[in-house]
Amino acid sequence: MHALSVRGLTKTYHNGVQALRSVDLDVEQGDFFALLGPNGAGKTTLIGIITSLVNKTAGTASVFGYDLDAQLERAKSCIGVVPQELNFNQFETPLTIVVNQAGFYGIPRPIARQRAEQYLRQLQLWDKRNGIARGLSGGMKRRLMIARALMHEPRLLVLDEPTAGVDIEIRRSMWEFLNEINASGTTIILTTHYLEEAENLCRNIAIIDNGRIVERDRMSNLLRGLRTETFILNLRAPLAAAPQVAGFVLTLVDDHTLEAEVSKDQSLNGLFAQLSALGLEVLSMRNKVNRLEEVFMRLVEHRGNSG
Amino acid sequence: MANSGAASAAPPVVSTESSLHAARWIGFTTIIIREYSRIVRIWGQTLVPSAVTAILYFVIFGSLIGRRVGQMGGFDYMQYIAPGLIMMSVITNSYGNTVSSFFGAKFGKHIEELLVSPLPNWIILSGYAAGGVLRGLMVGAVVTIVSLIFARLPVQHLALAIAAVLITSLVFSLGGFINAVFGKNFDQINWIPAFVLTPLTYFGGVFYSVSMLPPWARALSHVNPILHMVNAFRYGFLGVSDVSVAGAFAIMLALVVVMFLVALNLMNRGVGIRD
Repeated sequence: MHALSVRGLTKTYHNGVQALRSVDLDVEQGDFFALLGPNGAGKTTLIGIITSLVNKTAGTASVFGYDLDAQLERAKSCIGVVPQELNFNQFETPLTIVVNQAGFYGIPRPIARQRAEQYLRQLQLWDKRNGIARGLSGGMKRRLMIARALMHEPRLLVLDEPTAGVDIEIRRSMWEFLNEINASGTTIILTTHYLEEAENLCRNIAIIDNGRIVERDRMSNLLRGLRTETFILNLRAPLAAAPQVAGFVLTLVDDHTLEAEVSKDQSLNGLFAQLSALGLEVLSMRNKVNRLEEVFMRLVEHRGNSG
Repeated sequence: MANSGAASAAPPVVSTESSLHAARWIGFTTIIIREYSRIVRIWGQTLVPSAVTAILYFVIFGSLIGRRVGQMGGFDYMQYIAPGLIMMSVITNSYGNTVSSFFGAKFGKHIEELLVSPLPNWIILSGYAAGGVLRGLMVGAVVTIVSLIFARLPVQHLALAIAAVLITSLVFSLGGFINAVFGKNFDQINWIPAFVLTPLTYFGGVFYSVSMLPPWARALSHVNPILHMVNAFRYGFLGVSDVSVAGAFAIMLALVVVMFLVALNLMNRGVGIRD
């Protein structure tokens, strides 16, 4: 049984925009799944249909075998959702927000209070539990939505850009938390614009563009398919022009920085050997963009060009 | 951030029919608790204004003008208008609570908290309607206490009075819900109270007996459902009514059924709340 299974999912909005065009997608139980795509690709519409915030035009969807049309209540009780936009009452307190949310899922209040303490503590919001939610920082508001989504201990957690606008320290602690949630058995579907986040967290990935799934694979397979990577090399001594190195394309970014394109079948040792022979000392090296970003851009740009 | 693993592949909350019903009941009461908290949190907007308005009506219409009016329906004018004033506050507040709470939830997007939950639409609708009834009754109680300062209120048929106020507040709660579903901005949720509810209430026999009107105006007044509600409630207190009490209850119950079905249909279709 899949955590999520959709077939022929189609959505045409009243203004005629076709947000989804017969999407088929399966997400395995226990997976940490990335759903990526450019703005307007259909990610949020897909999540909206799964969480029943958007009416579908055609197709079917089921969550842990519960059909969204025939067994909506049971399907929804399996899902926790962290939306892209803030959608809690900003005049209520974090404690009230999470306890009420548990109530909407049929959790008795005494249990809801225990869970509220557990999740608010884990997400470092316990001290803020009785303040007005409007007064929380952006990162705290995001964490509050995660705590709220976990209150009924869902089997499937859907996160729509949960770390948008969150500083890197908080983002990394949220990654750690989500990894632990996933390790304990919760299936997670993540959409994000931080491709580093998807690459680090997710085992499987689907890329959606213009309402269609254009790629669906294991993250490792997708990254292995990357033909070239671009590296940025920081040099000790300044250069006036890019050196000629056999088999590699080097570009001078500034007098201390080189950009090197390395194809999949080339060895970095070869590049460094030639640079050493030229008397160039490399102080540090990094990917120009992360690997998933390269794959993503190529897939999306390719479709843009061919479309 | 550390996870204790409490989320470990937990079974669905809703697993059996009995737990399904229990979950729905908890959800329903949670909506009411939330509505009650909102009413109390903003008491200056919810509970106080109707009390102040009632005092002004009693002082101006009851005490100053009422002395010159004399008796109406066999009672002092102050006694005669008291049930109507209580009902007027119930109508305004039941409607106002649902329209502002549901529209506010739409506007602030926190209606999504309910829409993603497993609660069926009829429970969400019932929860909001019950919240409106709750505020109507709370304000009605406050205005009743104010009324007792100005007038002695006999109670002839307590059960009928309670039934009339409950059903009326339910009708207008549901009306407020329908208004909130269609409302796209704050102007649109004020149109109905300003241009429909207020005139209907003032022409609904709160301040006068329709027997004083010419035949055509009396006949026209009977089309106004608020006339029937006010008179059914007044009958509960004073034992006098300008309309058939049984007919009034039939109209109120029919309105409840029709408005509930309309509101539920709108929710099921996702009008104003789902894309």
